[in-house]
Amino acid sequence: MAKPTKLVVNCETGEQSVIELTDEEIAQLEADRQAAEAQRAEQEAAEATRAAKRLSAADKLRALGLDEAEVAALLG
Amino acid sequence: MPNPTYKAIATTTVGAGGTSNIEFTSIPASYTDLVIKLSARSARSATQDFIQININTSASNFSARGIEGNGSTVTSFTDTVFFGAMPGASATASTFGSLEAYIPNYGGSTYKSYLADSVTENNAATAYTELVGGLWSQTSAITSIKLLSATSNNFSQYTTATLYGIVKS
Repeated sequence: MAKPTKLVVNCETGEQSVIELTDEEIAQLEADRQAAEAQRAEQEAAEATRAAKRLSAADKLRALGLDEAEVAALLG
Repeated sequence: MPNPTYKAIATTTVGAGGTSNIEFTSIPASYTDLVIKLSARSARSATQDFIQININTSASNFSARGIEGNGSTVTSFTDTVFFGAMPGASATASTFGSLEAYIPNYGGSTYKSYLADSVTENNAATAYTELVGGLWSQTSAITSIKLLSATSNNFSQYTTATLYGIVKS
């Protein structure tokens, strides 16, 4: 399997090089990938919870007798 | 006031197999500002991926504030090296997102600010728009810029990045 690469463009000379990452860089890339995916999953879960809470809050406000315009004004 | 003039300093297109990052090095100091235009797609197995910036090989001393819309919700966020969004491998086939960034006074001795706006492309309910204001709290002139996937995935083939200089006038 081909190693991951980086694309380097020297703006002075115009030379473009595709350089294979070192084993160390590949290990770092994989560690960063796992950390980033975990962080993103956490963020998406938090956003989903927030959206569900918002719907739940709107339902409770309607149950209290607020009309749609009032609910929208409160929840933006 | 004279009209600013864009000059393409360098442009590159990712080849077969993709690449993990794109680096512009030896950026000349002969312009006032820089502009980056990026047409990008990621190999990440998702409808979207996110782009990061490193300056002068550094991922430190960055702070960013942003707004994100995804078709149903809008959120604001704080981050460090966050730069924008691009479609991932699960987005509509053969589509690429767009990013444009403006970096004023990149050769000066003050901290370096930037503005980046970007959109993903996806023929579905969810697609992302990002507006980011960032600051690199270092006084060195910018001589290199690296763009990479926030999830360490590859930029896909045909991703194209162009670095422009704004000519002094």
